[in-house]
Amino acid sequence: MGGKVGLKGTDGKEIIQKARELGATQASPARAVEALQRLLPLKVEFELITYPFDMGEEEAIHCGFEPKVVGRIQQGATSAADTRAAAKEMLSLHVDLILFVGGDGTARDVYESVGKSIPALGVPAGVKIHSGVFGVNPGKAGELAAKFLRGETKLQDAEVMDVDEEAFRIGRLSAKLYGYLRVPYEEELIQSAKGGSSTILDEKMSQQTIADYVVELMEEDWYYVLGPGTTVKAVADRLGATKTLLGVDVVHGGKTVASDVNEEQLLRLIEGRKVKIIVSPIGQQGFIFGRGNQQISPKIIRKVGVENIWVIATRNKLSSIQVGRPFLVDTGEEDVNKMLSGYRRIITGYKEEVVAKVAA
Amino acid sequence: MEDTVKVVEREMAYRAVAWNEPIIYQLSRSGRRGSMVSRPDEKVNATVGHVLSKIPEKLRRKSLPKLPELSEPEVVRHYIRLSQQNYGVDSGISVGVGTCTMKYSPKVNEALVRSPKLAEIHPLQDEETVQGALEIMYRLGKWLCEISGMDEFSMQPRGGAHAVLTNARIIRKYHELKGELDQRNEMITTVLSHPCNGAAPAATGFKVITLYPDETGIPNVEALKAAVSKHTAGLMMTNPYDTGVFDKNIVKYIKIIHEAGGLAAIDQANANSILGRLRIGDVGADLCHFNLHKSFSTPHGSAGPGSAPIGVKKELSKFLPVPVVAYDGTKYYLDYNRPHTIGKTAGFYGVIPNVVRAYAWIMSMGEEGLKETSEVAVVNNNYLIQKLLKIRGVTLPWNESHPRRLQEARFSLQKMKEETGIGVDGLNRRIVDFGIQRCFLAHEPPIVPEPFTPEPPESNSKEDLDQFAWAIQRISDEAYSTPEIVLNAPHNCAITEVDSSPSKDPKKWALTWRAYLKKHG
Repeated sequence: MGGKVGLKGTDGKEIIQKARELGATQASPARAVEALQRLLPLKVEFELITYPFDMGEEEAIHCGFEPKVVGRIQQGATSAADTRAAAKEMLSLHVDLILFVGGDGTARDVYESVGKSIPALGVPAGVKIHSGVFGVNPGKAGELAAKFLRGETKLQDAEVMDVDEEAFRIGRLSAKLYGYLRVPYEEELIQSAKGGSSTILDEKMSQQTIADYVVELMEEDWYYVLGPGTTVKAVADRLGATKTLLGVDVVHGGKTVASDVNEEQLLRLIEGRKVKIIVSPIGQQGFIFGRGNQQISPKIIRKVGVENIWVIATRNKLSSIQVGRPFLVDTGEEDVNKMLSGYRRIITGYKEEVVAKVAA
Repeated sequence: MEDTVKVVEREMAYRAVAWNEPIIYQLSRSGRRGSMVSRPDEKVNATVGHVLSKIPEKLRRKSLPKLPELSEPEVVRHYIRLSQQNYGVDSGISVGVGTCTMKYSPKVNEALVRSPKLAEIHPLQDEETVQGALEIMYRLGKWLCEISGMDEFSMQPRGGAHAVLTNARIIRKYHELKGELDQRNEMITTVLSHPCNGAAPAATGFKVITLYPDETGIPNVEALKAAVSKHTAGLMMTNPYDTGVFDKNIVKYIKIIHEAGGLAAIDQANANSILGRLRIGDVGADLCHFNLHKSFSTPHGSAGPGSAPIGVKKELSKFLPVPVVAYDGTKYYLDYNRPHTIGKTAGFYGVIPNVVRAYAWIMSMGEEGLKETSEVAVVNNNYLIQKLLKIRGVTLPWNESHPRRLQEARFSLQKMKEETGIGVDGLNRRIVDFGIQRCFLAHEPPIVPEPFTPEPPESNSKEDLDQFAWAIQRISDEAYSTPEIVLNAPHNCAITEVDSSPSKDPKKWALTWRAYLKKHG
């Protein structure tokens, strides 16, 4: 809600109050309606459960649903705590899918309440959309939910990310990877050359082919700084080394030598050694550096050298970041960004690379 | 006006024959025969002996083959019914089937290849007895050189992907002979090329680096520079692309590749739009291939037999697969004496009927005819583009950079999908209700969302194009007003739903009746 009036997000009560004073109206209701309309054709085939008043009830009724309403809230004064309570309630009711409307903050609330125990999907209605758990727009999110109910989707892990708002407001950009939600996605069908159809390699298999290749390229006497995310984790899994999903770890000789390190620890570890950095684009916008892996600081990038950075990503990831759009870097230092920018080779499979554009 | 009304009436009246015909084994009744052959006369029997006595004991069956038992009328009826449910180029238009270049295969050429002189040739016959066939192969090779600007052709490859694989192997052998194969282990391709341009080098042992298009629809030259190094063996790509765009950077790409010591193999599957106008050899290509069943009118054959000759510059001739058809001044012969050949890549020496058809087609067209072919093909395509772009929900990606296309265009139904929920799946289910062949979508993972790629070669009449455009317009109208008609299509076909899941499950798929019985009881 804070976006249109120039505030950066609406996490705190005081900020919401300020936003209203400045004339902001909630965009969420309209987005919710847009998404729900795509579910109308299935109205009689599923039960819609929601929270009271403007946390879902009003929007559902407005669309023409007859929702089951659970929970208690103070109308007009809802907060993150209510989101979390709602998500937990849905979990206890064993719903098939949690459809939530909001931004990264909401995604984080849902994640912290249910983790990966239940499928969830976000309808985008926030300023901050870094997480990969949202549909491209409210209509598409609604459509995807409908497909999920019809059993036409698969589930995959999608990143829950959030920018630290306090830091953002004083000019410091800092984002964290909080975890993963299980999010439905539509299998893309492509027609093979002479009739028939086939599905493209799924995310897990793609990650495994990348892992097979990266492990083949690794050498005994080098140290490998592994960034966060499921694709990099697949490399560690292939090695048989432990890896934190959300942090930066270091492997050497096929074994983890440091877990979830910060910049300082990393600097000490790489001193005087042959080092390579392995990272994967994080979040919906495809940041290679600057979101979720700030521990790999400009200082470290400089020490290791741009030529010793391996960027890995599945073709799926490439497609989800629109064709023609570059991967992004935001290390905090312009000249390091420049060093990383341009056309880079990205590992996308076993002995397969793609040349992609990287921009600051 | 009157014509349009007739078109609509015809399309709306289409109803496919629906026989619900069983598998022939299910029609089998024990003891039924097509015809009974009378026993030979006693005296004949005594002189000749039993017909099976000449077959060695080891080769004789121990039990009778499990063939279905039917009467002759039952067999005839069964296959006639199946044929009535068939749909092909002789049934209706295939303007929607892009990248295949579904041009007309003249019936006179069918008559030629059915002549016993050709149809009864055996591949192991003495070369002396097939001089005519060899001459046609030789001369076709020469003509393809003239058309492409290359120095020598081989008729060996049996299809486009096979041709590209053969070219990848030639590139490999070239570097191997120079002693640089270990160093040169990377091949570059582009994502909008036919996927075999990436698969072939991968199968040949190369690492494959793929370039993606930028916002103008073709890769940036800087992207190629980032991919090129001392490890580069070459570039394998399709030009013109299946999107109908000619990658004008190709001259720069080839220069960069050559400077790096690599070779350039340019897939000419889409040559229909440049015949008589542009020769890929002149642009710098070291290798190329044509699909005879695309630009050169031979039938598509539904997964075979195809023919896709490869062309090379003279430095690479020595690597061509054997046998090469050669001429010694008096006779044609199969040359196996090529010390640097990559070897034998296919059985016998070529698909003679397709070589003859292509040869006959080129001969009937001549140089002027080829030029007219490419001209009309491009005009047809751009006429169709203008008609389709007037249809609600249809867009043409990279329209600003490439408003005109060559032989085909890749459209997107993304807008229609977002606004109505109906995309290319619905399009293809509904278009067959009008007796029109379904559309080709795209080869590669979604670069263009909800893609469909029509291609109207020169043998399509204006009425054909109008008919196709009418169908797309009709489906768009339905999608925006009564979408259920499209969602529940087809309504007029023999089968509504095809469950393809068994074809992906080893426990369910069956290519023979025996396998089917084993797995499904």
